Amino acid sequence: MSTHTEHQAPQGREPLDVNDPRLSRFDIVQEGARRDDIEIVHYEPQVVPGSKAERRLTRTVATMFLLTGVAATAFLAIYIWWPWNWEAGRGGDKYYTPLLGVTLGIALLGIGFGILTWGKKLLPKEVSIQDRHDQPGSPADRRITGETMLYMADELGVKRRPLLGISLLAGLAPVGAVVAAPLVGGLISNPHKNNQMFTTGFKPAEDGKRIRLVREDGRPIRPADVSVGGQLTVFPGIDGGVSNKHADSPTLLIHLREDDAQKSRAANERKGHGDYMWGNYVAFSKICTHAGCPASLYEQQTNRLLCPCHQSQFLITDNAMPVFGPANRPLPQLPIEVDEEGFFVARSDYTETIGPDFWERP
Amino acid sequence: MKRRKFDAAALPAKTAGAVDDRFQVATPLRKLLNKVFPDHWSFLLGEIALFSFIVLLLTGVFLTFFYEPAMTEVVYDGSYAPLRGTPMSAAYASSLDLSFDVRGGLIMRQMHHWAALLFMAAIVVHMLRVFFTGAFRKPRETNWIIGSLLFWVGFLAGFTGYSLPDDGLSGTGLRIASGIILSIPVIGSWVSSSIFGGEFPGTIIISRFFIAHVLLIPGLLVALISAHLGLVFKQKHTQWPGPGRTNENVVGERMFPRYALKQGGFFMVVFGVIALMGGLFQINPIWYFGPYEAWVVSAASQPDWYVMFLDGSTRLMPAWEISIPIGDGYVIPPLFWPTVVLPGILVGLSTMYPFLEARRLKDYKHHNLLQRPRDVPARTAVGAMAVSFYIVLTLSGGNDVIADKFHISLNAMTWAGRIGLLVVPPLAYYFTYRICLGLQQHDREVLAHGVETGIIKRLPDGRFVEVHQPLTPVDGHDGHAPALDYVGWVVPKKMNRLGALGPAIRGFFYPIEKPAEAPVSPGHPPVEPRPEREEIGSGESRR
Repeated sequence: MSTHTEHQAPQGREPLDVNDPRLSRFDIVQEGARRDDIEIVHYEPQVVPGSKAERRLTRTVATMFLLTGVAATAFLAIYIWWPWNWEAGRGGDKYYTPLLGVTLGIALLGIGFGILTWGKKLLPKEVSIQDRHDQPGSPADRRITGETMLYMADELGVKRRPLLGISLLAGLAPVGAVVAAPLVGGLISNPHKNNQMFTTGFKPAEDGKRIRLVREDGRPIRPADVSVGGQLTVFPGIDGGVSNKHADSPTLLIHLREDDAQKSRAANERKGHGDYMWGNYVAFSKICTHAGCPASLYEQQTNRLLCPCHQSQFLITDNAMPVFGPANRPLPQLPIEVDEEGFFVARSDYTETIGPDFWERP
Repeated sequence: MKRRKFDAAALPAKTAGAVDDRFQVATPLRKLLNKVFPDHWSFLLGEIALFSFIVLLLTGVFLTFFYEPAMTEVVYDGSYAPLRGTPMSAAYASSLDLSFDVRGGLIMRQMHHWAALLFMAAIVVHMLRVFFTGAFRKPRETNWIIGSLLFWVGFLAGFTGYSLPDDGLSGTGLRIASGIILSIPVIGSWVSSSIFGGEFPGTIIISRFFIAHVLLIPGLLVALISAHLGLVFKQKHTQWPGPGRTNENVVGERMFPRYALKQGGFFMVVFGVIALMGGLFQINPIWYFGPYEAWVVSAASQPDWYVMFLDGSTRLMPAWEISIPIGDGYVIPPLFWPTVVLPGILVGLSTMYPFLEARRLKDYKHHNLLQRPRDVPARTAVGAMAVSFYIVLTLSGGNDVIADKFHISLNAMTWAGRIGLLVVPPLAYYFTYRICLGLQQHDREVLAHGVETGIIKRLPDGRFVEVHQPLTPVDGHDGHAPALDYVGWVVPKKMNRLGALGPAIRGFFYPIEKPAEAPVSPGHPPVEPRPEREEIGSGESRR
């Protein structure tokens, strides 16, 4: 017994003659369903033709479709004539996008609910049962397919002529590499080119000239520009220093209060960074050592620097050691001093690696 | 020669005949029109994802006409005055133009973003439905895996798209992504440098993300979605147990016309809701964030909701660094575990779950009938555990906002998350398990003793008892109704479910005095007409 014959006549049913003039259209639909192993077991009109209920539902659906037309027209009118150019304050443009959204939304909801009402309320309810036929093929069928495939392998004769298989594999392997080569070769980029992961914009110039600390607008900074307890984001005073080109260089310059500065100096001494501060001024990298966000929320009273991305907290007076959160190493400190003209300069580049940690960071 | 008369009425039949002559479509088309789909509200969740994806394609194509995927520096000169004169990337400038200088561009941008959020949300909710009802069991494990992959590919699509405007917020996200890539042991710096074309941020990443976001990832999504739907079609949809429903059949509606109409209507409704959201609710107002600058960030920087669980896991991770003292020394930074290892474990566990469960239960049979979550307490409890784990992580992703709004210490929030991540999931497992058992027991109780009527009867000896309405006719021998077997479907627990509700009058202006049918199993008409009901009273005679 195969499943094929079952398909033809489920439950031993004779197929109906569809040309029989006595059959209604529904009879033919039902016959078609039966041929697909579907039995329509329940079929019940929801409305009586010509009844008040039917007329009311028809009107409801029609209203929704017409509402769609009205809303879509309104959308077009607003799209064309409503003032939409941005202007400061509460100009008419403030309502442009909301009005478009409301009219478009009503238009789409109108057609959506119209169709839903039509389908759910006006069409007959039915329950149909279809056979699932998800049983696997018969053992004989499986065997036939399996044998056919094995026979194909026999025909190829790889077993008898192993050289063919080996040579094909050996030939194709480099082809696979050829596909990968341009992709890898084109994209690959040495992270240690120009020692870029370990240097920043503060690296002294070729002639040994020290790099100035500048503000966001490029002006250099005098010690008097930062009041006690104040802080300032500074950049290397080089071409492109204040841009994403030197995304690892932004630095926080902090003017500590006297007692904090003493603590900080003592901590510096312990680490062998005794000469990194200048007066009561310290400079730490602003790039968080956790994931690279700018650690920019400075709490003056506790001398903590908080990174708003993952809440790592660094204690500025203790060499910017991480005291809370996921960061695992302190923010690198920039050794600073003041040059002959009275502006802040970096004595040298950072002596530790900036930014997120990675495998080969020494 | 006589000119043949043109018969318009015969034209459709003639055309159809001509088409079938050439392509033999009549029989396959009949099969398609007749295909039976089971219906239940919970089967529509995946559709929301599908429809959102269509909206994403439509709005996304519009956006590409105006967006410029370049990081060349330009000075903004558009109509948004607060940013005029600011140097920024061409990508950000064109995103601003899309919002302010393209007529109707802002609603398209916002619809695209809302549709993306809805797409991911619908995927998650659909996945929960499939999980808790056991729809992933054999023969549908493949489709479960495809579905899990769709979540992660959707995640990538979302992240790449979110980064394209190159605003302050998304640039920070990109910076974190580069940090995550850097954290991978051995190859991290090489992979990061290769993706960004040098040191972060470089000048190429936006154009690379653009081609990934508009071609590679959508292509993959279309392929996976097609396979997903194709398998649903081939394997036929699962169904809830119920009258006449077996493991070997599908009880429902034929695809055309009613089912297809309902689907079409539902698509328009989803589309309409996205349009309303896109118009009324602001999303990602990039003009407030400014261009990305490596030194600028603000508090409450949160990613889109589906990324927040990773942000949360990153925040909760203690600062455990593994140093390897060989040569100059090597490190595995703490960032590696919550952002690379954790998602890896999640992908592995979720894709392997159907096989793990089958192996544990030694259950290798075909299952086409769904299970109610209460009937499989262990699975439901594991699911609750996973959901609570995810929720703790997601809340921790916004723990700075919670700390701020509720005046809680930020460090306390982090610690609450760390402890909660370990404590809440086991608790969720235990309580869910017990609740499932309780619900099971109540089902059996109702089947054995009947529905509570709320009618209190005083017995001659003074005791008070509640009258229970048995679910079967009382048989003559001992005056007790025989207990019914549980068949895996809703047990009526309220008298209203048994038709004790007064007849509903339909129609507001013109009431139709015909009692509405009381539902037996919600949403499904009975296969056979129900027998006449008897009125249930207090038991006293009204004479």
